[in-house]
Amino acid sequence: MSNAHTQAQPHPHTHSAAAVQAHAHDVAKHVKVYIAVFLGLLAGTVATVAMYYVHLDSVPLTITIALFIATVKAFLVAGFFMHLISEKKTIYAILLATAFFFAGMMYLIVWGRDEVPRGTQYWEGRNVQLPVDKTR
Amino acid sequence: MDASTHVAHAHPHVHEAHHEPGFLRKYVFSTDHKMIGMQYGFTALLFLAFGFFLMMLMRWQLAYSGQPIPVIGELLHSLLGDGAIGKDPTTGKLGVMSPDLYNAFGAMHGTIMVFLAIVPLAFAAFGNFVVPLQIGAVDMAFPRVNMVSYQCYFIGGVIMFASFFIPGGAARSGWTSYSPLATLAHPEFINGQTFWIIGMVFLITSSLLGAVNFIATIIQLRAPGMTWMRLPFFVWAEFVTAFLLLLAFPPLEAAAVMQLADNLLGTSFFLPSGMVVAGNPAEVSGGGSPLLWQHLFWFLGHPEVYVLILPGMGIVAEIIANNTRKPIWGYKSLVYSVFAIGFLSFIVWAHHMYLTGMGTKISTFFQTTTMIISIPSVIILTCLFISLWGGSIRFNTAMLFSLAFLPMFGIGGLTGLPLGFNFSDLHLHDTYYVIAHFHYVVAPGTIFALFAGIYFWFPKMTGRLMNEFWGKVHFILSLIFMNLVFQPMFAQGFAGMNRRMWDGGATYATADGVVGLPQSIIGMNVGISHAAWALGLAQIPFIINFFYSIWRGKKASDNPWGATTLDWQTPTPPPHGNFDKPIEVHRGPYEYSVPGHAADFTPQNEPEKHKKH
Amino acid sequence: MEIPYTVKARPDTGLFNAKVGIWLFLASEVMLFGGLFSSYIFLRVAADDSAWPHGLLNIPIGTFNTAVLITSSVTVVLAWASLKLGNFKKFRMYQSVTILCALGFLGIKSIEYKDKFTHYEIWKTNGERMTGHIEGSPWFWDTETLRQKNMQELTFHPDPKFYFTPKVKHAGGASGEEHGAKHEAVKVPVSQIKRLSAYVPAHSTYFGIYFTLTALHALHVLAGAIVIAALWGPLAKMWRTEPERFTNRIEVSGLFWHFVDLVWIFLFPVLYLL
Ligand code: HEM
Ligand SMILES: [Cu+2]
Repeated sequence: MSNAHTQAQPHPHTHSAAAVQAHAHDVAKHVKVYIAVFLGLLAGTVATVAMYYVHLDSVPLTITIALFIATVKAFLVAGFFMHLISEKKTIYAILLATAFFFAGMMYLIVWGRDEVPRGTQYWEGRNVQLPVDKTR
Repeated sequence: MDASTHVAHAHPHVHEAHHEPGFLRKYVFSTDHKMIGMQYGFTALLFLAFGFFLMMLMRWQLAYSGQPIPVIGELLHSLLGDGAIGKDPTTGKLGVMSPDLYNAFGAMHGTIMVFLAIVPLAFAAFGNFVVPLQIGAVDMAFPRVNMVSYQCYFIGGVIMFASFFIPGGAARSGWTSYSPLATLAHPEFINGQTFWIIGMVFLITSSLLGAVNFIATIIQLRAPGMTWMRLPFFVWAEFVTAFLLLLAFPPLEAAAVMQLADNLLGTSFFLPSGMVVAGNPAEVSGGGSPLLWQHLFWFLGHPEVYVLILPGMGIVAEIIANNTRKPIWGYKSLVYSVFAIGFLSFIVWAHHMYLTGMGTKISTFFQTTTMIISIPSVIILTCLFISLWGGSIRFNTAMLFSLAFLPMFGIGGLTGLPLGFNFSDLHLHDTYYVIAHFHYVVAPGTIFALFAGIYFWFPKMTGRLMNEFWGKVHFILSLIFMNLVFQPMFAQGFAGMNRRMWDGGATYATADGVVGLPQSIIGMNVGISHAAWALGLAQIPFIINFFYSIWRGKKASDNPWGATTLDWQTPTPPPHGNFDKPIEVHRGPYEYSVPGHAADFTPQNEPEKHKKH
Repeated sequence: MEIPYTVKARPDTGLFNAKVGIWLFLASEVMLFGGLFSSYIFLRVAADDSAWPHGLLNIPIGTFNTAVLITSSVTVVLAWASLKLGNFKKFRMYQSVTILCALGFLGIKSIEYKDKFTHYEIWKTNGERMTGHIEGSPWFWDTETLRQKNMQELTFHPDPKFYFTPKVKHAGGASGEEHGAKHEAVKVPVSQIKRLSAYVPAHSTYFGIYFTLTALHALHVLAGAIVIAALWGPLAKMWRTEPERFTNRIEVSGLFWHFVDLVWIFLFPVLYLL
């Protein structure tokens, strides 16, 4: 973007005209990418659902594949629609910190559950028959 | 400022600075960071006083269990009703606090002090007033968001306050609102806990908006030449604090929504299967987990304690540099330490949960991280101590409070270590030792830092100085009584006295020989309570001094303390837009007593002189 | 007084203020939904099979809604690209598709919700369970409703299959005989009903977390739609005075919208398929 042009708030019409020249080519290329990503996302969705109907035998495998596809889709959205692939350092730093805390939270919370000694869990008493409270 | 101003004459909004805004725009719906800072400050100080007042009533109950509250007992009865305030069975006098009311006061004291007093005062009030000035910005990056942030805080506060007067009274499940208690404590459908949750949602929203604003401001609006390593330490502290708020609060918001669903919609996110309430099986779908609430709460809760302390450390660093007239020792260590604290504070939270039966491996993990996080805290404290070395110290009130902060925070931090080891925490958890620990960090720690900040920046806010003599009286008395209040609690905690007990441990006395809580330990309650009330009285000189000085104090110059940072290089009080000249930064934040300079301080915006002259 | 870098990027960071702001906000949103996802995993792993229903959501509808949201995401980014090219008309065209998609998503979601609110499960005193519809399709009944209405008998249309044993034809009904036929009404004496619940949050932890996650997500869709609609309508006049700033706003609102889409990308498989 030409500096002299953008610094002095331009007349709107000349502005957009100039922007067209500066960007037309770039943006047109981007639009193609956006459409491709869109199709990719649809394909991912179809794949996930198809997998559900196929019924893989292994549950962990199903979960892994489904989450893998979701992650790929998420990267497509974040990378291209939110143009993260060409973002500035500051944004990366913020997101990196967030990713660290997010991962720490999820991992430690789930670990915290997993680590409770078996046999003493309060949900061990599952399937308890709840008698109806007759006093109410 | 950017070039667009020069050609902007066609846009009417540029001229808005020319006419004075009306009263409402100026004082109520202001978008000026300094006014918003002062709004935060006043509101938070009011809540601080209110939280203190609740505590004084609780201290009566602990010292004179079951006796009617003197003077205001009847007034409380007429405000809160029969359920809350009862009669003394022997004399028939009104004013005996019910256990439920004690629990409500306890829960709300904690909530108000943490979320409505200290955080808004330390992070938002000082942050708003000082940060844009110190980085040489005209305002915050998003002034209107800033206003909304204050309004959310205000609404949250009103909701919390109103909850005292609804049927059933305020929330009474502790400031931590542990489930399932928080879901079962109230028989009413809409109750104090509902208000608590909705109030928290507003406060969380306010914090989030504030945090976004602070970070964006510090990243984007630093004046030319204000590189990262030239930022005053206070700005760094606010920066990290803002990140803690930004990333730690949302999980609590999620948890609050889930608890709200538990309370109103009958879900059981935090309610286990097979739960029995008052002898009857609870009619809930079950399958939830109380542990989950604790995880989500403390995921915020621990970073929150650093939110409470970091701005205080920042304030103290500024004041120490200014009053020792020498640079802070180890500026870089301070910055790296504050970052280390920020990162680590997200992975230590479960040290609040050792006694939940979490399992030994994960306890060990959290014990390890807890020990590691104390290292940067110690580094910060050490740097500040060493900064005193060889300085020609000016002992004004602000400096006295800052100096007292150091050992007080030291006691608080060091007593955290036995809590951080899970084996010693077995004994100390949920006793008065914990109360003493965290109050040492927050009360004589953070609150002293806040007082220091008030005495220090008062002349910039109002153009007048506070009275030094009464300031010193305030300081000495506060220091003495703070310690008289909290020091005995360590002893009580060691002896095994539980926190959150309506009768101050008297139940244990009857079980003497079984759990063995001696009368001497319980008797300390009386002394502590008297010290607490005396501490209240000791604030009177401050309050009078504060209001007197706003209108009658000695006039201050623009830079009365001879300070280097940009906040002191403005007109006083700073106008809308802050600086009357373009600001460019040429040096680090603490250039005091630089050899070869005439003055003993060199402001950050003073250009380098040409070597030739 | 004017705040710098509201429109132009700051040279050293390369960003304008609102862009930093929105990414920070999204970071906090990541933690918000992250907290809920962590809770989901925590509760899911803790639950045994009799407490975690499968296959109760309508997968074709969910898939369709996913496609709707993805479409809206691409139109948002195309709208922004059109502004970059100076084509305001096209921008409006794309954003109207976005808004329609948002409304469509919410409409479809409401229909799904309604289906759940009228779908019931009965836990009988003898340990049997069955699912189906109550005669007249009332909303939100529970055990308490039966007591209040003082009913003796419930006319119930059981589903052909019970979700925990999808392969076995459901055995249910008043006398315990086979009731394979679809929607053939049975009469269930209230005295045999231990618990009755619609598919509402209180039904089970599964529905609790399902409704919490999707409702919070729907609120985000709504908020995003309102912002986009405001920028489409009343706020669009900024295009004529400050086109660059307006384009920035569209970019920022778009970032929020993509994030909402991104959350759904995870919600859909996790809640519907796994
Ligand atoms: C410097 C190292 C620190 C360590 C190792 C530490 C450790 C701990 C531990 C292990 C507990 C839980 C005790 C229990 O419930 O059994 C605790 C409680 C607490 N700490 Fe610290 N702490 C430190 C610093 C701080 C700071 C700086 C603050 C605040 C400004 C703080 C505020 C609190 C609060 C508010 C609680 C009590 C929460 C409650 O149960 O209500 N701590 N600390
Ligand atoms: Cu902690």
